[in-house]
Amino acid sequence: MVGGAGDFRGLPAARPVPSVDRVIEVRSLSKRYGSTVAVDGLSFTVRPGLVTGFLGPNGAGKSTTMRTMLGLDRPTAGEVLIGGAHYRRLPEPLRRVGALLEAGAVHGGRSAYHHLLWLARSNRIPARRVREVLELVGLESTAAKRTRGFSLGMVQRLGIAAALLGDPPVLVLDEPVNGLDPEGVLWIRNLMKGLAAEGRTVFVSSHLMSEMALTAEHLVVIGAGRLLADTTVREFVGGSASLEEAFMRVAGNTAEYRAGGRR
Amino acid sequence: MTGPEATPVAGAEAGPAGGTTAAVRGVVAAEWTKIWSLRSTVWALLLTVALSTGLGYLIGRTFSTSFHDLPPGQQENFDPLFPTFYGLTLGQLPLVVFGVLLVGGEYGSGTIRASLAAVPRRGLFYGGKVLAAAPLVLAVSAVTVLATFHAAQAGLGPYRISLGADGAPTAVVGACLYLTLICLFATGAATMLRSSAGSLAILLPILFLGSQGVGNLPQLKPVLQYLPDQAGMVIMHLTLPGDPRFGRDYGPWTGMGILVLWTAAALIGGYLVMRRRDA
Repeated sequence: MVGGAGDFRGLPAARPVPSVDRVIEVRSLSKRYGSTVAVDGLSFTVRPGLVTGFLGPNGAGKSTTMRTMLGLDRPTAGEVLIGGAHYRRLPEPLRRVGALLEAGAVHGGRSAYHHLLWLARSNRIPARRVREVLELVGLESTAAKRTRGFSLGMVQRLGIAAALLGDPPVLVLDEPVNGLDPEGVLWIRNLMKGLAAEGRTVFVSSHLMSEMALTAEHLVVIGAGRLLADTTVREFVGGSASLEEAFMRVAGNTAEYRAGGRR
Repeated sequence: MTGPEATPVAGAEAGPAGGTTAAVRGVVAAEWTKIWSLRSTVWALLLTVALSTGLGYLIGRTFSTSFHDLPPGQQENFDPLFPTFYGLTLGQLPLVVFGVLLVGGEYGSGTIRASLAAVPRRGLFYGGKVLAAAPLVLAVSAVTVLATFHAAQAGLGPYRISLGADGAPTAVVGACLYLTLICLFATGAATMLRSSAGSLAILLPILFLGSQGVGNLPQLKPVLQYLPDQAGMVIMHLTLPGDPRFGRDYGPWTGMGILVLWTAAALIGGYLVMRRRDA
């Protein structure tokens, strides 16, 4: 099911990356900030070929988990492996893992083009790839402008462009629909589904349950830093009228819930 | 889901040996792009040259026109290198701002998270940043010092000296080293403090007051003369050797050595913070 995903939109890949390299494994992950426990013994696996939604209310520990995946924060205990390796050990990580960080990881005084250019240089990605991803996200006409004047939606598109820069087989996207207009939401939804269909691992966080119901096939649900569910969207919703209702049912239940278990 | 061909290739793209040089080159190129793609950093460098040169001329000119008002003893001991480089005590400030912005700008804007996601090995990232900045800062320092020297001589008129005059080559080289080191000292300090505003709030008053002679106050001198900027002043002839008030307890190259130690300490401290702290 993987095969030719490497030539996605222009960047020639040296060889197709085996799908085992695309698995994200979170193992007994814990993260404390002082006395605050942000993530508490979290374990789950994200697989390629489908969009996995990472769901939980604000403050549940989603961003902390994602920062730890990217080596930005050091876990208090446990580890995250991407294709069997720690992120910090990946030689040119942008070619392996594309990440959309919380909006605002961009210097307002720098143009969109130059933001992507330094990112590309840091991982020895050809500069022409910058133009390609700018076109892909629809920012080619504003590429020379400083990002200080960008709307939240434009900053998000720039973040997506940065994530796709290295044509990575794994994508970690933190709240990608934030600040996007309906057209942008539809665009990102189709983009994520397309990337997954090409055999990539797409791990996307959101606190918007209804959005996840439309985008994701699989769900990892956390609350207060702990795993509440790791299952398909269909099974998770089960008899509930909506994903919100299903979430409230699970979140209200203090016992760990794993409908369907871990596949 | 995974076929038999699915052998793990983690790390296979870049071997550890040949990969490191290439990785460093990539990080340096990225840091270089960051520097010239921001107006603030480019302006800080241009301002360093302009301010130092302008002050050099003005101070030289002031000395030249008021030379006859000096007491005869001071006329005799007049050292043209003092007015030549005195302007650098203020001209260095934009360069210090540049050194702070290199790192502080990343924390202020949140770019640090994108940087560390792209280059997760903290030592590689930080080393690449210093490696990209150091030659540029040295080049800007050399241009600044030479331009300031010539502007000051133009201002000094009849009292001017040539680049080959007694003590001038050492002072010129020393001034280049001083500016480069004080800038990298600022970078290290900003990495430890992880903020532009916080770093400038500490560095600028110290450097500004130092240039205004606080290091010469008899009660404070025994300690303050060892601050980084004070230690660098001897080689630029900004202190009077042997003078009980304006002299220093060490020579020009010892002073430079003290500044090197300060800079090394700041850069190492910055590395330790960079390595340990969450982004």
